[in-house]
Amino acid sequence: MEALTENWDLILKGFWETIKLLLVSGGIALVIGVLVGVARVSPVAILRRTAVGYVTIFRNTPLVVLIILTYYGLPEIGIDFGFFTMITLAMGVYTASFVAECIRSGVNGIPLGQAEAARSIGMPFGMTMTQVILPQSFRLVVPPLASVYIALAKNTSLAHGFGIAEATFRSKGLFNDYATDRVEIFLGIALGYIIIVELISLGAGLLERRWRVSR
Amino acid sequence: MSAVLFDAPGPVAVRRHRIIAAATVLGLIAVAVAVIWKLAVEDQFTAEIWEPFVTPSIIEFLWVGLRNTLIAAAVAIVIAVVFGIVFGVGKLSEHGWLRWPSWTVVEFFRAVPLLMLILFIWAMQGYPTNSLVPLIIGLVLYNGAVLAEVFRAGINAVPTGQSEAAFAIGMRKNQVMRIILLPQAVKIMLPAIISQCIVALKDTSLGFYILAPVLTSQGRQIWNAFDNKFATAIVLAVIYIVLNLLLTWLATWVERRISTPGGGHVTIVAGQVQADASAGAGPVV
Repeated sequence: MEALTENWDLILKGFWETIKLLLVSGGIALVIGVLVGVARVSPVAILRRTAVGYVTIFRNTPLVVLIILTYYGLPEIGIDFGFFTMITLAMGVYTASFVAECIRSGVNGIPLGQAEAARSIGMPFGMTMTQVILPQSFRLVVPPLASVYIALAKNTSLAHGFGIAEATFRSKGLFNDYATDRVEIFLGIALGYIIIVELISLGAGLLERRWRVSR
Repeated sequence: MSAVLFDAPGPVAVRRHRIIAAATVLGLIAVAVAVIWKLAVEDQFTAEIWEPFVTPSIIEFLWVGLRNTLIAAAVAIVIAVVFGIVFGVGKLSEHGWLRWPSWTVVEFFRAVPLLMLILFIWAMQGYPTNSLVPLIIGLVLYNGAVLAEVFRAGINAVPTGQSEAAFAIGMRKNQVMRIILLPQAVKIMLPAIISQCIVALKDTSLGFYILAPVLTSQGRQIWNAFDNKFATAIVLAVIYIVLNLLLTWLATWVERRISTPGGGHVTIVAGQVQADASAGAGPVV
């Protein structure tokens, strides 16, 4: 047990780094993801195709490879904003492709009659989207989006090999230093991740209830 | 594509769409030019950077990594399917002593970061280098837990009339599960299982962290030898994209082949089964 009790401050610091990674890359993912997602359902064919290309490329590349690309590859060609930014950039563009897919399936999940009804009473496209489609699709988007952010929270562990001392980095160090207590260390740090995951799904549950509409 | 979302565009809208389309094309060209210019300025188009990837010995070296990647993914997914059936059925059991342990195992391995799990197994085995075993065990536990949820959802998606009819003609519980529910559930779940294969294949790249001889680790040795990190990362990305597109195509093909009208549908988003079956296979992380 002393592995955890002696190092609780290191572990907490590690989780603080994890949360920082989650927030920054989550923000990047949300901005890019919403833009790509909107392009994915837009009436302009070339915008749709560009968005499909984005999703195809970034969804099918493993996150490790993207981090290698931004952390080692881009500085080699003179693009370097510091390691924290480069890592969150990789996580952001990767997760954005999943966010975009959530947005698309949310918009496509709205019964077509809704858009038809809106048009038949004379609403233009912009009004149909902002007044009828998007408010309903938010609710459909929340559960899959929560899954994506839970996956991102777990994926932040990939930063540990690239100079960020987040929770998994701490667990690796402690596995090494306290060879007999590895199971406790694993369970203890796993508990931290489980708390983060549960907080995200709790938040999603609250949002979902708030945006519930009766249909 | 839901074309019903928007009307047939009028003359003003057509003009607007053309302007947006032209701007998009110009933007894409600008990005492409900027990338090529930057790469040219930084001397990325030289032979010494790209030559390794057409050298037979290096291709052979990457092929070893690719083979290990495919072996790890295939072995892991096969065992994970068994793991998934056992724990998925366990979660549906009427017996609390079976249901609760299954629930705990499944929820635990879904919530823990896969990488930390792999590092833990690696440490427990005494940090072996060049071993695929910790990676495979980690992949089995994580994907098995996700697949357990898929199986549970798949079994639940079989219409209740099926099991009621089976009970009515006198089948026992395990006969109903084995003969009636599982075969139909597998059909519903097959596309989801294949998309989980894509996840497993992508996750084999985590072998990078534990010195397992997978594609990413081979890549590290190549860029250490030739100092061409950018080029190597691009090559790795292309290999993974091609593999995953092949699997995606397979999943769509299977889905088209076996889908029955009115049959259920299971979608996984980022390791969580979504009850709501919206159009198409959902994103996978």
